[in-house]
Amino acid sequence: MHNNSNVFSLHFDVNGEDFSLAGEASSSVKKVLKQLGVSPEVTRRVAIAMYEGEINMVIHANGGDADVIITPAEIRIVLQDSGPGIPDIELAMQEGYSTAPDNIREMGFGAGMGLPNMKKYTDELYITSEVGKGTRVEMVVKVQ
Amino acid sequence: MSQYFHSVTLDKDKCKGCTNCIKRCPTEAIRVQNGKAKIIKERCIDCGECIRICPYHAKKAITDPFEKIFEYKYKIALPAPTLYGQFNNTSDINTILTGLIKLGFDAVFEVARAAEIVSLASKKYIQTANIDTPAISSACPAVIRLIGVRFPNLIKNILPIQSPMEVAARIAKKETSEKMGLDFKEIGVFFISPCAAKVTSTKSPVGIKGSFVDGVISLKEIYLKLAPMIHKINQPMNLATAGMKGIIWANTGGEAMAVGKENCIAVDGIHNVIQVLEAMEDEKLQDIEYAELLSCTGGCVGGPLVVENNFVAKARIKQIALKNCREDNEKNNDYLDKIDVLWDHPITYKPIMKLDNNMVEAMKKMEMLDNIYKQLPGLDCGSCGSPSCKTLAEDIVRGFANETDCIFKLREKVRILAKEMIDLESKMPPSFQKE
Repeated sequence: MHNNSNVFSLHFDVNGEDFSLAGEASSSVKKVLKQLGVSPEVTRRVAIAMYEGEINMVIHANGGDADVIITPAEIRIVLQDSGPGIPDIELAMQEGYSTAPDNIREMGFGAGMGLPNMKKYTDELYITSEVGKGTRVEMVVKVQ
Repeated sequence: MSQYFHSVTLDKDKCKGCTNCIKRCPTEAIRVQNGKAKIIKERCIDCGECIRICPYHAKKAITDPFEKIFEYKYKIALPAPTLYGQFNNTSDINTILTGLIKLGFDAVFEVARAAEIVSLASKKYIQTANIDTPAISSACPAVIRLIGVRFPNLIKNILPIQSPMEVAARIAKKETSEKMGLDFKEIGVFFISPCAAKVTSTKSPVGIKGSFVDGVISLKEIYLKLAPMIHKINQPMNLATAGMKGIIWANTGGEAMAVGKENCIAVDGIHNVIQVLEAMEDEKLQDIEYAELLSCTGGCVGGPLVVENNFVAKARIKQIALKNCREDNEKNNDYLDKIDVLWDHPITYKPIMKLDNNMVEAMKKMEMLDNIYKQLPGLDCGSCGSPSCKTLAEDIVRGFANETDCIFKLREKVRILAKEMIDLESKMPPSFQKE
């Protein structure tokens, strides 16, 4: 937790073992944003983008860390995992492209909309990834 | 009427200040202060959970007394379909409606009939208007209020259609006024209600500027008057006009069935409803066309003002509905031409959870809240009067509570104090020291 008065940060361990817990972090963030008086529209965008990122970490990377840094100007979400990494980020960004295994698809996930949705709902999206090491996703949603 | 009129209120004399209601309230709207429960009006959605849970019956719903009907020249009863499932000695709607006439009403207009009209209007609206999916039924006033304070992004998903009670009231007043040549003021329209939130929705309406309902009488009160005389009715009048699709509205799933959308969900119980709304807010349920969300378990048959067990009532309603398998009332379409059933006053978001109007200030408070919360034991025991450690931290930040309201924190402080006293005791000035 930050002590700088104009920054409020949250940290979550995203559990990769339990699929039913996926979405807990984004749900907590939603509650905090409402308490901070962030507009419903911005709250919605943050929640959806973060949920997609969280699910991705659970499906592909066995969980990871989620950090949310809130300032009066923007909400920055940083997701870091030690999963298999993304070999071709451009390909992964295409709608409908997915490497999710069958058992995940059977659950109705892995439609290849994760990254495209994260791009759609945020103002900035940065992905860095190294195969075999992990992926870092950083998303920014402007408050105003 | 004040902005925050509520039907759900507290009987102070009966309240023991226990933690049952604060733990059950879905919007964290109750605190125990000075040994008595206190309802935070801005947060209360009138769901009635506290009425059901209170072992001392200290929570009650304010309704209008039956005698109020006699203030009007012409009195019309609007029975909720739930009423039909309350009696173990009759399931004949005409008998029950005749009973209402014998009690002193001049006429009845079944809310079940209005429910058919609302179903028709909902179906048309979903087909023609550009509404976000899932379209959320507006029938349950507690759910609508909940969305207004906690799910602002879903306000646009609510079908802007009046409730069956309101539609029934409008038709009843208009028709009677035309037929009898009476002024609206001379006609008293009374809803017979299983629900506390319905009372609130007539006194401080949501979605409409003003209600046409003149009073709401508790179903329990009417039951006490009807039950002893109902078996004596040998020749019931022919008053029933509602069909299956309207009657079944009393049960969860009835509405969805009547609206006739295949891809729909019907959810009951306020805590389940909240889960579903969370999912909708995250756009996880967009393939669903229609969502019937009801605060009470079982639907309206599970309302806080009913008499019969909700599972029994539900089964009975189903039987009654099947028996009344009329063809869809042909006149329903005419009513839609004559009566405007749409909302005329859009609802706005009330951000009651906000810590401060200024975001920087809110962030400071959030930081404080977090730090305080980390120091609390995390037992969520409720002894401090707040429902959980998190809400106590929030109350402290808002200035309504102190850290020592936590009995564990208080105990800790007493311990430190006691230790200091012992330490002090051993540090007597030399002149006082004895061998």
